[in-house]
Amino acid sequence: MQGSALADPLSRILTVALVLTLLSVALFIIAGTLSALLGRLDRAALAVGTAGSLLACAVGLAGSVMALMDGGAETVASSWRLPIGAISMGIDPLSAFFCLCIFLVCGLGALFGAGYLRRGWLGRRRLAPALAFFNVLAASMVGVALARDGVLFLLAWEAMSLSSFFLVTFEGDRPETRRAGLVYLIASHLGLVPLIVLFVLLGGATGSFDFAAILAAGAPSALVATTCFLLALAGFGLKAGFWPLHAWLPEAHPAAPSHVSAVMSGVMIKLGIYGLLRTLTFLGEPPEWWGFVVIVVGIVSGVGGVLHALAQHDLKRLLAYHSVENIGIIALGVGLGIVGRANGNTTLSFLGFGGALLHVLNHGLFKGLLFQGAGSVAHATGTRDIDSLGGLLRRMPVTGTTFLVGSAAISGLPPFNGFVSELLIYVGAFVGAVELPASSALWTLAVVPALALIGGLASACFVKAFGVVFLGEPRTPAAAAAHEAGPSMRWAMLLGAGLCVLIGVVPLVALRLVEAPAFALSGAAALPEGVVDVLSAVAGIALALGVLVAVLAGLRWALLRGRDIRQAATWGCGYEAPTARMQYTAASFADPILAPSESIFDRHVHAEGLVGYFPVAASHRRHLGDMAADRVLAPGVDALLSVFRRIDFLQQGGVPRYLVWVLLTVVVLLVWQLGAF
Amino acid sequence: MFDVAVHITLLVLMPLPMLGLINRVKSIAAGRKGPPLLQPLYDVVKLLQKGAVYSRTTTWIFVAGPIVTLASAILAALIVPLASTTSPFGFPADVFVFAYLLGVGRFFTMAAALDTGSAFEGMGASREAAFAALAEPALFLALMIVCVPADSACFGDAFSAIPAAGGLLRHPGLLLAALALGVVLLAETSRIPVDDPNTHLELTMIHEVMVLDHSGPDFAFIQIGYALKFFALGAVLVHLVLPIPATGWMAPVLFVAGQAGVAITVGIIESVMARLRLSRVPQFLIGACVVAAVGVLVLFTGGRP
Repeated sequence: MQGSALADPLSRILTVALVLTLLSVALFIIAGTLSALLGRLDRAALAVGTAGSLLACAVGLAGSVMALMDGGAETVASSWRLPIGAISMGIDPLSAFFCLCIFLVCGLGALFGAGYLRRGWLGRRRLAPALAFFNVLAASMVGVALARDGVLFLLAWEAMSLSSFFLVTFEGDRPETRRAGLVYLIASHLGLVPLIVLFVLLGGATGSFDFAAILAAGAPSALVATTCFLLALAGFGLKAGFWPLHAWLPEAHPAAPSHVSAVMSGVMIKLGIYGLLRTLTFLGEPPEWWGFVVIVVGIVSGVGGVLHALAQHDLKRLLAYHSVENIGIIALGVGLGIVGRANGNTTLSFLGFGGALLHVLNHGLFKGLLFQGAGSVAHATGTRDIDSLGGLLRRMPVTGTTFLVGSAAISGLPPFNGFVSELLIYVGAFVGAVELPASSALWTLAVVPALALIGGLASACFVKAFGVVFLGEPRTPAAAAAHEAGPSMRWAMLLGAGLCVLIGVVPLVALRLVEAPAFALSGAAALPEGVVDVLSAVAGIALALGVLVAVLAGLRWALLRGRDIRQAATWGCGYEAPTARMQYTAASFADPILAPSESIFDRHVHAEGLVGYFPVAASHRRHLGDMAADRVLAPGVDALLSVFRRIDFLQQGGVPRYLVWVLLTVVVLLVWQLGAF
Repeated sequence: MFDVAVHITLLVLMPLPMLGLINRVKSIAAGRKGPPLLQPLYDVVKLLQKGAVYSRTTTWIFVAGPIVTLASAILAALIVPLASTTSPFGFPADVFVFAYLLGVGRFFTMAAALDTGSAFEGMGASREAAFAALAEPALFLALMIVCVPADSACFGDAFSAIPAAGGLLRHPGLLLAALALGVVLLAETSRIPVDDPNTHLELTMIHEVMVLDHSGPDFAFIQIGYALKFFALGAVLVHLVLPIPATGWMAPVLFVAGQAGVAITVGIIESVMARLRLSRVPQFLIGACVVAAVGVLVLFTGGRP
C-alpha cells in the first residue's frame, strides 16, 4: 500500500487509501455545489445530490477500509501554505475507522433521503439546499476526521456545525424548528470556545498547530495536560452529548429531516468522541482519574439519557435521548480504556477502547436505522406522537420489521450488533475488576451494574416504542391510513438492519475493523488473550439461537398443521366492545419505571379528572422536564446574565458615550505603553 | 459425552416437575391434597395437542414471542452448569451472555403482549419491564461477586473456585450474592412477593397477564420456557449455596436436592406471605441491588481470595 515518496518534500507519502478518501471529499463538494447550482430544478438537484453522495460514500468506503486493513502509520497528503500555517490532511487507523462510520451512515442516509425528500417534500419546498448542505456536512465530517492540524480541524468542525444548522432549519417556517435551530447554533458555538483554547494550548508549546509537531514536542506538563483534557471533555463532550451538555440534542435532532437526524445522531455527535480520543493521543500517558471522570460521565449520561427517553411522547425526541444514553455507553468504554492505559494494562485498555469504537459504529448503524424508521412513520402518518400511532406493522411491514431489529440491537440483545460492543465493555470492566488494585477495580466494576441497568431500561423503552407504534390497533385514523415507505427508503432500512445482524452474527469481522485503531489507542501490540474466543462464542450463540428458533417454528407448524385454528377478538375480560383508545399508551407503559424516580426528575402532570356522577371527559398528559436544562444550565445562564446586566450600562446606544469609551481606551493604552518604555 | 448426557437429561426431566413441587408445597401448607407432581407436564402435553385461537389484532410478533422466548431459555439453561461445576456448553464470559439471553426472551414476551392491543397485557408488559430493569443490576452484581475471585466470567471457572474459597460460610460476600440472587429469581420468574402466579384478577397480574391470549402449542412453549428459566436461575443459586463436586455420583444427587430445596423454599415463601403492593416492588428490588453492592464491597475490603 505504501506509495513511493514524491519529489516534493512537502507532499509526503500519498497512499491509495488517502487518495480515495480525499476524492470522496471532493465528490461530496462537487455534488453539493452542483445541486446548489441546480436551484429550482428540484428533481435534478435531488438526482445529482443523491448520486454524488452515494458515489462519494462508495469511493470513501473503499479508501477507509483499505486504510484500516493496512493499519499503517499516518500518511500526510500535501501541505499548502496559508497565513495561519501549513494545512495538512492524513489518514491513520483512528481517522480511517471514523471515516468508515461516516461513509456507511451517510450512504444509507443519502439513499433514504432520496425517497424521503421526493415523497415528502417535492413541490412543497426547495430541495436544493437540503441536498447541498447534506453533502457539505458529509465532506466536513470527513474533513474533521482527516485534518492533521488544529486550524483545518476547527475550520472543518465549524463547517460541520453550520451545514448541520442549515439542515436542522430545513422546515424553518415552523416556530419550533426555528427555536431548535437557534438552540443548536448557540450550543455549537459555545462548544467551539473550549476547543479554540484547547488547540492554542496544545500548539503553544511548539508554535505550530500541526498534529505531527504537537506529537513530536512530547507530552505537555501535567497541569497543561489536565487543562487540555478538561477543555476537550467540555468542548467535544458538548458535541457528543455528554450529560449535562446534551440539552441541545433533544431539541435539534428531532427538528431535522429524518435522514439528517440519522446522520447527526449516527455519526456527527461521534466526532466529539473522535476529538476526545485524538486529544488523548497528544497528552501522553493519562492519569487514572481521567478515566474515573469519563466513567462517571458515562454512567450519568447513560442512565439519565435512557430515563428521559422513557418519558418522551415524540418518537424522534425519544431517539435523540437514546443518543445521549449510547454516548454514555461509549464513554464507559473510553473511561475503561483510559484506566487501563494509566495502569499499563493493555488488555483492559484494548477492550475499553475497542468496545467504545465498535459501539460508535454500531450506534451509527442502528440509530441511523431507527431515525429512518421514525421518519418513515412520520411521513406515512403525519405525526411523531407515539400515543397517536399503533398497528403500523401490518401497514408498514418493512419499516416495522427493520425497526424491530434496530430496537433489539439498541437494547444490546444478541444476536444483534449492540450486544457485541456492550459485551466487550463488560469483559473489559471485568478484567479491570480482577487485575487492578482494589481502589481502581471498584471503579471499573461499577461499569457492570450501570451497563446492566442502562440495558434493562433501554429494553423497556424500546419495547414501549416498538410496541405502541407498530403493534396493537391504530389509535387514530391517520395511523390506520398509513402506507409503506418508498423503495429507496425501504432499501436503506433493509441494508441498515442487515448490517446490524451481520455484525451480531460474525463479530470477528467487526473486531477486525476496530483492531488497528484500538491497538493505536491502547498501546497493545496483539489481541488480548481470549477476545477471539469470546467473540467466536457470541457467533456460536447467534447461530444456535437462529437454529433453535427455526426448529421450534418448524415444530409449531408441524403441530398446528390440520388443526382447528380460529380467529377471535383479543381477550378483554368479557368486554365485547373495546376501542383502540383503550390500549395501553406509552405514558402508562413508562409510569412504573418513572414513578420511583419522580423525586429526581421534574414531572409535569396536566390532568383533568373525572367530575360528577356522569363524567363526560377527562384527560391526562404528562411530560418530563430535562433536568440538565432546567436545573443545571438554566440557573447557570441566569447567573451569567445577572453579571452581564451589571455591566450593560456600557452599551446604551448613544454615540457620544461610545466616543468617550473609545477615548478612554486610547488613553489607557497610551499610558500602559508609556509605562512599558 | 457422559456429562453432556447428564446435562441434557436433567434439563429435560427437571424443570416442569419443579413447578409441580412448588404447587405441592403450597397445597400441603394450605391443608389440601393438591395436584400431582407431574401436573405441569400433563398440562404442557395437553396444550401441545390442541389447536389455537389468535386475536385478529395480532401479527407475526405474537407467534414469534413464545418461540424466541423458549429458544433463549433453552440456550440459557445449556450454559449454566448443572450437576457439575462446569457446563459442557460453557464458554468464556458466558455469565454476561446468560443474562442477556434471558433479556432476549423478556423482550419478545413483552412485544408479543403488546401485539394483542389489550390494556391488560400492556399493563403486564409495563410492570415486567420496570421490575426486570431494576433486577438486572442485582443479577450482575451477584454474578460479579462469584466471578471476580475466580478471575473468570465463566460459570464453570467461577463455580469451581467456590469450594477452594471455603464455600458460603467462609465467604460473607457469597452469602449476600445468594440473597440478592434469590430476590432476582423471585422477580424474574414472577413469584410471590413480586407477582402472584395464582391470582385470577388480570389487573394484579404481571407474567400471567402478558400471555393471556396465547393458546395451544404457543402457550405450551411459554410454559416450558418459563420452567426452564426458573430451572436455570435456580441452578445458579444452588451452585452458590451447595458445594457441588465437579464429578462423581454426589454431584447429581446434591444438585437435584438443591433444586428441590429451591422449589420448596419458593413454595414456603408463597404459602406464608402475600405479594407486595406494586409500588413496593421497586424498593424490594433496589434492596436486592444494595445487598449485592454490599457483597461487592465485602469482597474487595476483605481481600480477594
